[in-house]
Amino acid sequence: MNGAAPSAAGETRTVVVERDFAYPPEKIWRALTQPHLLAAWLMQNDFQAAVGHRFTLRKEPRPDFHIAVDCKVLAVEPHKMLSYTWDAMGLASVVTFTLTPTTTPTGGGTRVRMEQTGFTPDRPQNIAGAKAGWKRMLGDLETVLARIE
Amino acid sequence: MGYSGMQAAPDILFRTLADPTRRALFERLCAEGEKTVGALTARAGVSQPVVSKHLAMLKEAGLVRDRHEGRHTHYSAQLSALAPLLDWTSQMTGFWQSRFDDLENLLRRMDQ
Repeated sequence: MNGAAPSAAGETRTVVVERDFAYPPEKIWRALTQPHLLAAWLMQNDFQAAVGHRFTLRKEPRPDFHIAVDCKVLAVEPHKMLSYTWDAMGLASVVTFTLTPTTTPTGGGTRVRMEQTGFTPDRPQNIAGAKAGWKRMLGDLETVLARIE
Repeated sequence: MGYSGMQAAPDILFRTLADPTRRALFERLCAEGEKTVGALTARAGVSQPVVSKHLAMLKEAGLVRDRHEGRHTHYSAQLSALAPLLDWTSQMTGFWQSRFDDLENLLRRMDQ
């Protein structure tokens, strides 16, 4: 189940992606919080499950292009909820994972809800680190243009 | 603040940025900050009138802003004008869906 609720520029925007996994919350929690596991599905990181901890998510999809997401842990409730800031491409946002136990025919499962709320910047040209993201976006424009023609 | 009124429709943004020279000018302003027409011309590979014409089109689309200082006009990028084109929500929805696919694969590989 997925939903997106865009709104006018200058206001908040929210993305929600939910999925049921056939694994217990404890296992999902490890994938969300252990750096080597987090790296296997999200990005390279120096994450620690401690409120206030600052970390960076990194990816290098091409040798000439680096993605860096600046994050800070806001809330940690083991096996239940994890929230951190997510600042990338000049857009500040907050990502919150909520784990809800479910029952499946084969045992315990988990519904994972990812909610990301973003705030459009009012002074985007001042935000450091935006450069690479914008460059990539502009590079991707050709692809987008080709698609809408 | 105050950018929303300058925001152009996505098709105008696409048309404006579809031109490689205009896109290069805009990219430079994004990467290097405010610049005069003269400074932009020095590395644009086209003449100053051509650069001015492209800047006028970028301005019309809300992608750049100009500021007059003495005899010089300084141009700066207006990243917020790209907001309609970025479509952040659909990009991030796609991003998290594919991340969840990888999470599923990881969970399958992990031992209990």
